[in-house]
Amino acid sequence: MLRSRIIPCLLVKNRGLVKTVNFANPKYVGDPINAVKIFNEKEVDELIVLNIDASVQNKEPDYGMIKNLAAECRMPLCYGGGVKTLEHVERIISLGVEKVALSSVVVSNPQIITRAAEVVGSQSIVVVLDVKKAGRSGKYEVWIHNAGKSTRQSPIDLAKLAENLGAGEVVINSIDNDGVMNGYDLDLINKIREAISLPMTVMGGAGSLKDIAELIQSFGIIGAAAGSLFVFKGVHRAVLINYPSRAEKDALANQCHLMS
Amino acid sequence: MIGIVNYGLGNVQAIANIYKRLNIEAVIASSPDELLTADRIILPGVGAFDWAMKRLNESGMKDTLNELVVGKGKPILGICVGMQMMAKRSEEGCLEGLGWFNAEVCRFSKESGGRKVFLPHMGWNDVVPRSTDGLFKNLGVDARFYFLHSYYFLPADQDHVLAVTDYNGPYASAVRSGNVFGTQFHPEKSHQWGIQLLKNFTET
Repeated sequence: MLRSRIIPCLLVKNRGLVKTVNFANPKYVGDPINAVKIFNEKEVDELIVLNIDASVQNKEPDYGMIKNLAAECRMPLCYGGGVKTLEHVERIISLGVEKVALSSVVVSNPQIITRAAEVVGSQSIVVVLDVKKAGRSGKYEVWIHNAGKSTRQSPIDLAKLAENLGAGEVVINSIDNDGVMNGYDLDLINKIREAISLPMTVMGGAGSLKDIAELIQSFGIIGAAAGSLFVFKGVHRAVLINYPSRAEKDALANQCHLMS
Repeated sequence: MIGIVNYGLGNVQAIANIYKRLNIEAVIASSPDELLTADRIILPGVGAFDWAMKRLNESGMKDTLNELVVGKGKPILGICVGMQMMAKRSEEGCLEGLGWFNAEVCRFSKESGGRKVFLPHMGWNDVVPRSTDGLFKNLGVDARFYFLHSYYFLPADQDHVLAVTDYNGPYASAVRSGNVFGTQFHPEKSHQWGIQLLKNFTET
């Protein structure tokens, strides 16, 4: 039967692998190609690579780097960062990438999502929503441009919009929990899960495999993405690429059988 | 020599890398001449049906493919939309398929037994082969592969079904008609199981 996916997410800035906390203070961690090679050996389910300064700097996607990553990557790859046009999407898919992530266009140019889904198929179109709680009201809002600007829109509304536009997957990224390693925001995830019928992946806050187990137990089939968890080890956050073994993953996947 | 059809989509490099590591000769074929050197062919694919068929039609290699596969009986493995293109038509598009199978490609239903179905079918799922010979040999009991699709292959002849996967009901996740093979899943993205299958293809 279909299993939940456990997905490392690599953030890239200036072709270097970085880690952030609450989307700020990017710390250089290493070479993304080396990380991909290690994840290959660990038989990772899927990989997300996000270029965090492409959108802010209005840069074209880095096709050279994407081509190298795709050639090296032995698991399905989702690439995002600065993807704004149909031409960007087609070109990235043609380089051997399975999925393309779009983010700010969901508010600035939503018809691109529909067009891209028609051309390359919705299975390859992912909408990423970066979410933060608004100060006083505590309501969730979607932010764009690497948490630089609030759209003032609710992630539930934008997730539904993404589905209606033809996206094939929604990734919910919690800015508040990014890098903090204190658990996923299950409340936020629940609100979105109830609202859409697309495969969903969540990111931000995973601190241990227990957090992933809890996520799968609560939601059944879901994508559990994490950055810090698979890049750092130990209390002092030493850089060490890691990932659960197949036995550990099967044990996590079995959590969802408790639901059905 | 394995010829990997390079028509502008699908992860040709990942497939080439796998054969390189296996020490099996493979060429990325971007022209009819390059394709003619192949004894066996891989037709990869990621994307929507019409986009893929259009690119194949414009690649200049479609006639050569027909000549080699239908005319000369060379083994070919179609992957994902590469497999779907081997049908006569797809609900996803308007263009004609290659027609190597009497089959259609249909959209998964959005609900099953009163429950919502998440589409596309995305992730690692089990594949149950009709025989653990040929394409599916030496895979072990926990073989799993990566799937990413919203449409499925429906052959008119049940004898063409090589393997079955369950996603809110069983469907053909691999097919075969003589020298023509197809997998709905991505062996080039399915780690050791995919590598074994791609190796098996060179020995069928």
